[in-house]
Amino acid sequence: MPQILLPAMSPTMEEGTLAKWLVAVGDVVKPGDVIAEIETDKATMELEADDGGTVTALLVAAGSDGVKVGTPIIVIAGEDEAAAPAPAPAPEVAPAAVAAPAPVSAPAAAPAPVQVAVTAPETASGPTRRQTVREALRDAMAEEMRADGAVFVMGEEVAEYQGAYKVTQGLLDEFGPARVIDTPITEYGFAGLGTGAAMGGLKPIVEFMTFNFAMQAIDHIINSAAKTLYMSGGQMRCPIVFRGPNGAASRVAAQHSQNYGPWYASVPGLVVIAPYDAADAKGLLKAAIRSPDPVVFLENELLYGQSFDVPEGEHVVPIGKARIMRAGHHVTLVSYSIGVGVALQAAATLAAEGIEAEVIDLRTLRPLDKATVLASLKKTNRLVVVEEGWPTCSIASEIMAICMEDGFDDLDAPVLRVTNVDVPLPYAANLEKAALVKADDVVTAARRVCYR
Amino acid sequence: MTILARSTGRKAASAPAVPNWPRPDEPERFVASKEQLLDMYRQMVLIRRFEERAGQLYGMGQIGGFCHLYIGQEAVVVGMQAELVRGDSIITGYRDHGHMLACGIDAKAVMAELTGRAAGISRGKGGSMHMFSVEHGFFGGHGIVAAQVPLGAGLGFAHKYKNDGHIAVTYFGDGAANQGQVYEAFNMAELWKLPVIFVIENNQYAMGTSVNRASSEDQLYRRGESFRVPGLQVDGMDVLAVRGAAKTAIEWVRAGNGPLLMEMKTYRYRGHSMSDPAKYRSREEVQAMREKSDPIEGLKNEILDGGFADEAALKAIDRAVRDEVAESADFALEAPEPALSELHTDVLLGTY
Repeated sequence: MPQILLPAMSPTMEEGTLAKWLVAVGDVVKPGDVIAEIETDKATMELEADDGGTVTALLVAAGSDGVKVGTPIIVIAGEDEAAAPAPAPAPEVAPAAVAAPAPVSAPAAAPAPVQVAVTAPETASGPTRRQTVREALRDAMAEEMRADGAVFVMGEEVAEYQGAYKVTQGLLDEFGPARVIDTPITEYGFAGLGTGAAMGGLKPIVEFMTFNFAMQAIDHIINSAAKTLYMSGGQMRCPIVFRGPNGAASRVAAQHSQNYGPWYASVPGLVVIAPYDAADAKGLLKAAIRSPDPVVFLENELLYGQSFDVPEGEHVVPIGKARIMRAGHHVTLVSYSIGVGVALQAAATLAAEGIEAEVIDLRTLRPLDKATVLASLKKTNRLVVVEEGWPTCSIASEIMAICMEDGFDDLDAPVLRVTNVDVPLPYAANLEKAALVKADDVVTAARRVCYR
Repeated sequence: MTILARSTGRKAASAPAVPNWPRPDEPERFVASKEQLLDMYRQMVLIRRFEERAGQLYGMGQIGGFCHLYIGQEAVVVGMQAELVRGDSIITGYRDHGHMLACGIDAKAVMAELTGRAAGISRGKGGSMHMFSVEHGFFGGHGIVAAQVPLGAGLGFAHKYKNDGHIAVTYFGDGAANQGQVYEAFNMAELWKLPVIFVIENNQYAMGTSVNRASSEDQLYRRGESFRVPGLQVDGMDVLAVRGAAKTAIEWVRAGNGPLLMEMKTYRYRGHSMSDPAKYRSREEVQAMREKSDPIEGLKNEILDGGFADEAALKAIDRAVRDEVAESADFALEAPEPALSELHTDVLLGTY
């Protein structure tokens, strides 16, 4: 087995950059020798040879990015084969030209974000560029840090490691260690310290490696940050952003896979944002940093590597405004964060059946843009909520209550919710897939409310 | 000041290393001028009378909820605050009335907050445990035990970030000293050399649990040692001892040496809160402390014995304080409650 395929080096890695070859054609390698440096979505990793042999071909050029997991990258002929001529390797090719076989090891169980042409009326008409959500978030922080010296970022591995998920990549180099601060693993402590710094007049961005760990810090988010303005009779501000990935990642099981959107969205005094695409990630994070209020900014690990069009130049998205991602008149699909991709995928399927679904991305969970939801309901008279999270006491529950209270006369069918299954997220690939929200279920629910 | 266990005889482990990181010199008792003595006396009496009045109003049903009185502990905050300057930040827990008065906040605004009136410093929305005055560098008034410790470290962080030469002081009790977040804050404060003083007001009882029933290391000034935060143990019933220690500590921290821990040995005469029957200690214990160690009586005797002022001069101060407190109570009872429209204000600052 002389060919080595690019392995998945993190649970969410779908592609990587072949940063550097440490061997050349003709080199003899021993098992365990480092043959290449691979940049993943999280870190730079060293790739070791499993078996010894002679390198007969490098199939991907150093510096190639976007190499799909499973792509053959090197040929190492075993000792028996060493003398044989190399099996006619292609000359070093750009990764785009490499046919990517099915991933060998990366399970794609979590809901895959689907990119569907967006017919949003508010889509920027100016020039755009293709960017990942990760890059858009980084740019938002960098731009706001350039504009305001009171803005700084702190968290675990945000500085020298360049971000556990590389969201803060490059910030240390530009802004230095006084403004890009690695913390010990001490969520309760640094959430409190950041909140105190906000009370003291700074504008902290506190990164949680994931929001699962923010449960250790939730007292400061709610009791110290969210309630301060009210308790002080409007005297004391707390302009802080708590951000990080939220929701299910991939195969990390129950303790690392939870959507805290409904938790934070239930707290007066907080602004809660959960963007879907890169443009919103950038524009809303900039708005969050500028906000005078404490903001919980819920990202999604599975979206970090997804690319979208982002408007060039200054791009700030208003907080509290939902976005119509796709116009339709038969049924409304309401979602946020990664669920928007699921809803868009379902809408594409429904369109093929002649059901035109309107897809709404809530973008901000608190304050919630009721008006956009109710206006769409008035038009379609049918509504399904799509949420990557548990059903009970969820954002879906809230949207359903709003439809009952304020949109009852517009309803031609009961509002349905399509969510994760009401269990802790299991590890096994098949069980995980079964537990997470799926486009097929959205399609079924949409048919039901349309009585088809 | 730390006394380390000595290695005696043969042991498997090597003797503990004597900490060789820098620490401030042993503080000296403050030598005060006449004006300073009388001012500290006035402030302590103000806190005592204010708290007694608050207790009465609570008994009359004019103050609701929780109400934690500072009686007995006055020397701690008065001695500390005397050495701070405007621009420094302080933060504390829910036993906060005394800290506010010592910051120079108008007694009327504090008392009116206790009675839940619009003229209260938090416009009636905070109550006893949640009061703030950014103008006076007073950042609360926090109801969750020990939350103020990392928050206070954050205030110190902000001073360091802004490089404004100011420091933060975070006050907490012996009970709070057992919360994990205290040590998370110690670690970061020392790691980043933050200008913050951690003041443990050890009043011997965390609600009804005495220090030695709750703390494996009951010499609380040592609690920073594993983070290299030096500790000072101070007689918190002696305002001049507190002020002398405060001077040393503040100079040390302001000079950029990083954080410092101060344990103030003090005592509260009243229950944990107004609803505490205080069955966990004897009346004799409380009486003995009042008679032998009262901070106000102690300072009074020192003023009289030193010939700084006579009985009549102190009585004049007492009278002025009584009038001030009476005025604050009248104000707090007469002031109107907040308008109902206030229910919805101050939730968010931005409009979205």
